[in-house]
Amino acid sequence: MITAGIDCGAKTVKVLILKDGRVIGKSLALAGFDTKAATEQSFNIALRGAGLSKNDIQRIVATGAGRLEAAFLAKEETTEVAADARGAIKLFPSARTVIDVGAEEGRAIKIDRNGKVVDFAVNEKCAAGAGAFMEAMSRALEVPLEELGELTLKSQRAVPMNAQCVVFAESEVVTLIHAKTPKEDISRAIHDAISDRIVSMVRRIGLERDVVLIGGVAKNIGFVNSLNRDLELEVKIPEEPEFVGALGAAILAAE
Amino acid sequence: MAQEVRTTGEYWRWTESRWNDPDIDWRKAKTITAGVDVGSVSSQAVIMVDGKIFATGNMRTGSSSPDSALNVTNWALEGTGMKIEDIHYTVGTGYGRVNVPFAQKAITEIACHARGANWIYGPTVRTLLDMGGQDCKAIHCDEKGKVINFLMNDKCAAGTGRGMEVFADLLAVPITKIGEVSFQIDEEPPAVNSTCVVFAKTEATGLLRAGWPKEKVIAAYCSAMAHRVAELLERIGVEKDFVITGGISKNIGVVKRLEKELGIETLKTDFDVQLAGAVGAALFAQALLKKHRSAA
Repeated sequence: MITAGIDCGAKTVKVLILKDGRVIGKSLALAGFDTKAATEQSFNIALRGAGLSKNDIQRIVATGAGRLEAAFLAKEETTEVAADARGAIKLFPSARTVIDVGAEEGRAIKIDRNGKVVDFAVNEKCAAGAGAFMEAMSRALEVPLEELGELTLKSQRAVPMNAQCVVFAESEVVTLIHAKTPKEDISRAIHDAISDRIVSMVRRIGLERDVVLIGGVAKNIGFVNSLNRDLELEVKIPEEPEFVGALGAAILAAE
Repeated sequence: MAQEVRTTGEYWRWTESRWNDPDIDWRKAKTITAGVDVGSVSSQAVIMVDGKIFATGNMRTGSSSPDSALNVTNWALEGTGMKIEDIHYTVGTGYGRVNVPFAQKAITEIACHARGANWIYGPTVRTLLDMGGQDCKAIHCDEKGKVINFLMNDKCAAGTGRGMEVFADLLAVPITKIGEVSFQIDEEPPAVNSTCVVFAKTEATGLLRAGWPKEKVIAAYCSAMAHRVAELLERIGVEKDFVITGGISKNIGVVKRLEKELGIETLKTDFDVQLAGAVGAALFAQALLKKHRSAA
């Protein structure tokens, strides 16, 4: 059976094509201002990669905050929480807690051994627990987003960050710069702060091993280190953490 | 009266201002007290001579609290011949209250705003909303301006002056014009959905792209902010008379929508209510000076 999962996130659209449980095509496109166009583009690239045409796909399931924009392709949809859970258990059968940190949303999901959702907590009202926080801080610190995480590796000292709100944290970063705090220490403070927010969500649902970290922010080494320190364990990270939601949707489509 | 106003080309910048009363001869004064309110975004100084306001200053807070306190007080006193050393007693308040180098005492901004509002609006004030740069407080007080209880939002920029500054910048509308512009619409739009300023910004960008004029986007944001602070007020309960102090009280786009949502009118004044905290501090300074002198 050939199925596709489409994950329309706040920043990017991910498409993944699955044939009998094997990934045969995938693509990621920036959502930009037109999620629908990005979905179409991403879908076509994934199809080409798999050497298929649209008619070969038997079922398509969409997920993500912008999933309604994919309605022209996907007749069915599922929540991000369900998709994340299914994707994570497929990659790590030992996963019991899934942490997904995307561009505008962070969530912690507790799952059973079948990948069924037991409980979850979402941070959707505030940018402080999501990638948007990092983006704003990279601007304030004038360090490219890709380099922000790496920078923490040079940090010698943990500096506390008081602000929770992204807007206030921007001012705080400016104050720290004025106080001549080294950029690497500020960067560590930024990652510790977002980790704090995520950990409080995880504690709400109860921490259970193994913990899998997915979503685009999982590629940020600074955040991963902060999270590992705070949780006192090592989170498992798939090779392509941003595709796990799309994978889960494709798996659900095959059922 | 001499008034001086400073402006710059940046949209988020509100007008810095100072004022003094040249008719008061401070050299003959028995009491000279000052209240200095060092907030997260703005700093104010109020100098009182024998219980009357002699000079005021209102400036943006810089990166150092002690410098901001000195700068705003010196600016308020500029040209009056009075120096900081001539002040008998100073009370510091606001976020940076412990960093006012020439203050004898620090008092919380909650107490000072209640005291200041009582002086500015009179003893009928029972509920006070202080909308500052980085926080928002709903305060209940008695007829003497004494605080009975309060609720505070200091974790989130939604409902604060800083949030409004971010919007002024995004839409390229000077912050002092936001309120006025928000009523240049045919029909009141629904409020933006996002509470978070960061998400509201994204939402606003989307609305502009969808063809909304910026006046309408501003109206939608003012509504959202009004709704946000209404929630805070409803948790504590609004008792008449109701007043708003702090920078956002100057934004009619938020104030009128809040009055509508609550079904209560605020008391109005010509006095610059951004100074309320510093006025309260100067009044506390007066009382403390009196106590101090009678003890000595």
